[in-house]
Amino acid sequence: MRNLDAAFSALADPTRRALLARLALGEASVMELAEPFEMTQPAISRHLKVLEGAGLIVRRIEGTRRPCRLAPAAISDIDQWLGMLRKALARNYDRLDDVLATMKPNKRKRRR
Amino acid sequence: MSRLTLEAEGDTHIVVTRRFKAPPEAVYRAHTEPKLIKRWLLGPDGWSMPGCICDPRPGGSFRYEWVNEKGNGFHITGEFIELTPFSRIVHVERMHLPDPTAENHVETMFQPDGDGTLMTMRMTLPDAESRARMLATGMEHGMEASYARLETTI
Repeated sequence: MRNLDAAFSALADPTRRALLARLALGEASVMELAEPFEMTQPAISRHLKVLEGAGLIVRRIEGTRRPCRLAPAAISDIDQWLGMLRKALARNYDRLDDVLATMKPNKRKRRR
Repeated sequence: MSRLTLEAEGDTHIVVTRRFKAPPEAVYRAHTEPKLIKRWLLGPDGWSMPGCICDPRPGGSFRYEWVNEKGNGFHITGEFIELTPFSRIVHVERMHLPDPTAENHVETMFQPDGDGTLMTMRMTLPDAESRARMLATGMEHGMEASYARLETTI
């Protein structure tokens, strides 16, 4: 089982969340990952080490490159992101049901 | 009962559907009148909406502000592109966190469905990466709600 504390603290950082979002698109090298950030490659490597330690990414060796990809556990986190958006929207629309229920009497009054 | 559906479609879309027990006119108004919007567009428990400005006409803009119990907040700005009362709204929006996120192009349709309304909301992000980032942002707020729940159980 992966360490949930490590995963949570790894996800608490916006740069690391953005790195995961990028890796959601597929495998990438450190250089590719560093490109959109105003950060040095060593700084990105440190973030990657945290993600790797938390079991969210895996790296393989390809000559001198060590490309990263999402670990299967992190892929299920993406489903979780969809789930969280679903939960927030569900809460909104449940409240909207209540709002709509209060609007109906006004409408009936107008029809009379 | 799960009346909400939310699906990722292709690389750049997210499609949401929901049925309401009210006619399209009421659902449309609840999406365009600030007094009504403020009562439901709040996200997870613990968030309130101190700012809600909305000018629902083509080219009109809107600005929604949220804040949680700890005083953390963010806002969304957007512009309306097309409005067909009471059946369709097309707008663009972006979140400010505080840097603006990618433009989310949103088409919301309200179709009569028996006595009620079927709402279909189709979001289009510029590319797969911005969609992933948007979802990651949702995760951030979801996690905050989880932390908040954790605090109340301790």
